[in-house]
Amino acid sequence: MTVSLPAPPAEVRRAEAGRGVRRGDGRAALGFLAPSTTGFLLFTLIPLVGSLAISFFAWPVLGRKRFIGLGNFVELLGNPIFHQIMLNTLVFVVIYVPLNIIVSLGLALWISPRIRGRGLYRLLFFIPTVTPMIANALVWRLLYQPGGVIDQTVQTLFGVPAPNFLGDTRWAMAAVILMSVWQGFGYNMLVFSAGLDAIPQSIQEAAAIDGAGPLRRFWSITLPMLSPSMFFAMIMTLITSFQVFVQPYVLTRGGPGVTTETMVLNLYRQGFEQFDLGTASTIGWFLFMIIMLVTALQFLGQKRWVHYDG
Amino acid sequence: MTVETIPPGPAGLAEVGGDQRPARAQRRRTSSRAVLSQVLLTAVLVLFLMPFVWMIASALKPPAEVFGGGAGLIGSEVRWSNFAEVWRYLPFGRFMLNGLFVAVSGTVVVCVTSVLSAYAFARLRFRGRDRLFLVYLGTLMVPQEVTVVPMFILMQQFGWVDSYAALILPWAFTAFGTFLLRQFFLSIPSELEEAATIDGAGRLRILLQVVLPIAKPAVAVLAAFTFINYWNSFLWPLIVVNGRETATVPLGLNLFLSQNGNQWHLLMAASAISMLPTVVMVVLLQRHLVRGIALSGLGGR
Repeated sequence: MTVSLPAPPAEVRRAEAGRGVRRGDGRAALGFLAPSTTGFLLFTLIPLVGSLAISFFAWPVLGRKRFIGLGNFVELLGNPIFHQIMLNTLVFVVIYVPLNIIVSLGLALWISPRIRGRGLYRLLFFIPTVTPMIANALVWRLLYQPGGVIDQTVQTLFGVPAPNFLGDTRWAMAAVILMSVWQGFGYNMLVFSAGLDAIPQSIQEAAAIDGAGPLRRFWSITLPMLSPSMFFAMIMTLITSFQVFVQPYVLTRGGPGVTTETMVLNLYRQGFEQFDLGTASTIGWFLFMIIMLVTALQFLGQKRWVHYDG
Repeated sequence: MTVETIPPGPAGLAEVGGDQRPARAQRRRTSSRAVLSQVLLTAVLVLFLMPFVWMIASALKPPAEVFGGGAGLIGSEVRWSNFAEVWRYLPFGRFMLNGLFVAVSGTVVVCVTSVLSAYAFARLRFRGRDRLFLVYLGTLMVPQEVTVVPMFILMQQFGWVDSYAALILPWAFTAFGTFLLRQFFLSIPSELEEAATIDGAGRLRILLQVVLPIAKPAVAVLAAFTFINYWNSFLWPLIVVNGRETATVPLGLNLFLSQNGNQWHLLMAASAISMLPTVVMVVLLQRHLVRGIALSGLGGR
């Protein structure tokens, strides 16, 4: 390579000594790690510890901070509105994640090698995952408005106005979920596409010769072989869907009432509209604990259905 | 529809008879099914793209025609001037420049620090390496929202509120880049580096001239997704930026919504503008991104 320059004698001696004898790369490691670890300590570790500490305080943006122990936690747990907000978040996750997985898996299967120009289809279905979420949500707000294109279409087809999707308690969450699925399934579709393409064609053919129909092959070959991708997609999608914020912020502002208010939206409001940083931090820790719990459960459950033998 | 797939000439006669009939019929059935599948998939795609189509259509309409009965895809005139008007209402050019500056700087910081630390974790031997890496790993699952409050207080302490530094630095040191690149570096055979070591190259030189050229695809994927994340980031800028001076594009859209919330033709023009950079990037890098998602596990967002 380009590095084969004559080496100074000292370097040669060191190289001759061999890898095994050298006591380590302590000094080099310090240099390599310094920028990353300094930032990591300052901007990741300290804030993480700090957020737990802050959650034990009544901490207004301006004014005196007061240690109140578990006061914030107790108060939130006893607050019926916060119950509703946690329930909203849970409803969002429980409906959104399966829908996302079904749509992305379905399309990944559909865009099979028999489809011409499959790269283009994949690319276009992927686009909304990289465009700014707030822009996506704004577009959907326009679609959902009374007098908007969905309303107009319904009026033309059925002669009655469509429900006010974003202003009706029965529809608002569904509207938020639909928009989120449209926006988000592209990632998992690509993950599944890659997983499907990696399944050797010969296995499918052998099973077909043995008389397995398409459905049987899907259940007994495709799904098990795709299970590592499914597991990965499920974990990531679960984690990120608990963090839903922009969609309700733009589409409904959490309304009507609190029907679409989610935990992160509530965190933002408590912290940066009510300026109650202690409560905001506590909501963050509730979120973190839920995410850890759900992820742990996923890892425990994976033995039952995830097959890692290639 | 299906007519197109029937090859001209003899194949068309297959229907009439002859000993090849079953095979031909079979093939024709599968090919017509393939065509049907492609047509349906295209229909789904068109439906899927309708929000974008509607966005652009509305961005080009006169304001009075965005809502209401009878408004079609194209209004009574095509008003490109809407896009210019967006600029007059708010300094959108400024937001774009801010966004680009923040995203590019953030991407550079993330890539440089991640490459260095990932190499240390993958290849250097030093005390406490595995323990330190475990700490990095442990923070992978921490959602941004958990640390948003202390981060804001930290920014106040630093006097960084409303600054570029506050937009760039706080999220540039997460464990993700380090983790991703370390995995990739471990997959590179170390014999290559040993040869360079014998030739007397220092560690940094080996990293830059031997390892990095091989790891280019992984770094490119990290760079692309970091850029996209910075460009689209909304919650953190909303918290730490109040003025227009340092506002990024998503904040600009939010400002627009709160000031001119009923000017939908302009909002849609602004949205279309905001989507342009990341769409262009994804189109240009599509092959790498697809492979990157497969190999790196950047999925599931």
